[in-house]
Amino acid sequence: MSATAPTTQPGPNHARRVIVAWIVFSLIATPLVAIFVGPNIPPGNGSDQATQQVFDNTVMVALLTPVICLLLVFFVYALAQFRKQRGGDIVDGPPLREHRMVQLLWIVLTSLTVLFLAGFGTFELLQNGAGGGQGPSPIAVPSGQKLQVQVIAQQWEFTYRYPSYGGLETSQLILPADTLIELHVTSLDVVHSFWAYQLGIKADANPGVDNIAYLKTKGPRTFSVHCAELCGLWHGYMFSQGKVVSSSDFSAWLHQQEALFASVKQYMPAYANAYYPDPQRRAG
Amino acid sequence: MRARTWKLVGTVVVVAAVGVLIGLYVSKLTTEAGSPSYTVPVKTVNGKPVVDLTIETVAAVGPELSPSHPDFVSYLIRNAQGKWERDTVWHLPAHATVHVTIYNFDGASGLRNSYLARPQGTDGNTYTVDGKTLDVINPDDASHTFAVPAYGLIVALPGVADDAKNQCGYAPCALSMAHRTIQFTFHTGSAGHFRWQCFVPCAAGWLYGFGGPMQTIGYMDGFLNVA
Repeated sequence: MSATAPTTQPGPNHARRVIVAWIVFSLIATPLVAIFVGPNIPPGNGSDQATQQVFDNTVMVALLTPVICLLLVFFVYALAQFRKQRGGDIVDGPPLREHRMVQLLWIVLTSLTVLFLAGFGTFELLQNGAGGGQGPSPIAVPSGQKLQVQVIAQQWEFTYRYPSYGGLETSQLILPADTLIELHVTSLDVVHSFWAYQLGIKADANPGVDNIAYLKTKGPRTFSVHCAELCGLWHGYMFSQGKVVSSSDFSAWLHQQEALFASVKQYMPAYANAYYPDPQRRAG
Repeated sequence: MRARTWKLVGTVVVVAAVGVLIGLYVSKLTTEAGSPSYTVPVKTVNGKPVVDLTIETVAAVGPELSPSHPDFVSYLIRNAQGKWERDTVWHLPAHATVHVTIYNFDGASGLRNSYLARPQGTDGNTYTVDGKTLDVINPDDASHTFAVPAYGLIVALPGVADDAKNQCGYAPCALSMAHRTIQFTFHTGSAGHFRWQCFVPCAAGWLYGFGGPMQTIGYMDGFLNVA
C-alpha cells in the first residue's frame, strides 16, 4: 500500500480577472463621469472662477473614477468568488505573501496621483486665486483693470462699499457684467464668511483684516450671498441676493444709489481696508 | 450574538434619548426664551389690508415681563387691549400697508455701521421722529434699529438724551416718561417668514454689545409671519 500525495488543481488567475474587469469598467465609466457628471458639479458657470472650479472638480472626479472602479470590482469579485459555499466549512484563505512588484506599483501609482493633484491644484490656485480669499497681500493677482468692491460683514447682514464711487455703500451687491472685480472682505464684529455661491467666491470676513479675492463676472444673472461661518443667533438668516447686470444698468443703479446715499454720506467713515467701529458704549 | 443584539439596541436607545433631549433643549430655548406670537389686528382700507403696529423699546424689560432676565434691553408690542407684551413674533397679512409707531425709551448706543443711519425701505425712504420728517440721523445718536433685511427695511431709532428727565427704569414704560416717537410706513410682500432685528450693539455689559438679549430670541429680534 503506497500513499499518494494530494494533487492541487491550478485555480483561476484572480488577479488577472480583477485587473481586466477593472480596466474595462474604468474605460467605460471614466469618460461618462467626465462628460455627464463633472460639468454638473456646483457651483456652475456664474463667473470665470466658478467655471474654473467646475473644471477642477471634473478633473478630480475623472481621476477618482478608476480608483472607485477598482474598489467596486474587487469588492464584487470577492463577494462572488470567495464567499463560503452553502453547507461548506469556513476555510481560511492562503497566507498573504510579499509581492514586490505589487508593492512598487502601489507606491508609484498613488504617489504619482497625489503629486499630480498637488501640482494641478497649485497651478490652478495661482491662475487667479480660484475665487478664494488670499488675505491682505494676494499672491495670485489676475492682470487687467479691476473694480474694487468692499464687502462689510456684521451681525447679521452684508453691506458693500464702492470706493471708486465716493465710498458709496449699499445693502445689495450689484456687479457689472464681464468685469474683473477685486473684493475686499472685512467684518465689523465677529468672524463671518462671504460666500457668493454661484460666482464661486468664498472669503472669510475677519474684523480688522482686509481679505482680498478676485472675481471675473460673466453675463447678467442673479446669485445668492450666504454667510458660511457660524456667527451667532441669526447666522442662518444671513443671506441675500445679488445681481450681475449690464454696464448700462450698473451705471443707472449707481446713480440711483448715490442719490439715496447723499444724506448719510456726511456721517460715513473714510473708506479704509478695515474698520474699528466706535463708540461701543455698551460693549462689555 | 444575544449580547451583541442588546448592545445594538442599547446604543440605538441611548442615541435616540440624547436626540430627544437635544430637541427638548432647543425647543425650550426657542419657546421660553422667546415669546408667544401675536396676531396684529387688520383693517381694510379701499379693499386692501392695513395694519397699525405699535411697539416700544426699553432699556430694561423688567421682572414683570421677563422674570429670568429683567435687565435685558427689549422690544415690546402693544396688544389690542392697549397692554404691552414681550412678543416678538408677529403675524401680518401679505401685501399689506403697515403703519409703525415706535416709542423709544432707551438712550443712544451708536451704530456700528454708520450706513444704517439712513432709513431704507420705508415709504419715501424717510420717517418721522417726534413729528419731524428725516432722511438720516447722526449714527452716534442711534439707540436701536428696527430692520427687516429681507424687505430692505432699516430704520434707526434715535435715543433719549442722557440728561433727559423722568427716564424709564423698567418696562412697561408710560408715555409720560422721556421717550422719542418714531413713525414710518412699509409694505409686506408675499407670504413668508422674515426675521427682524436690531443692528445696534445695545446689549449693555455683553461682549461687543451683541450678547445676551441680542443672541436670545424674544428681546431685540423676532419674526414677521406674513400670510
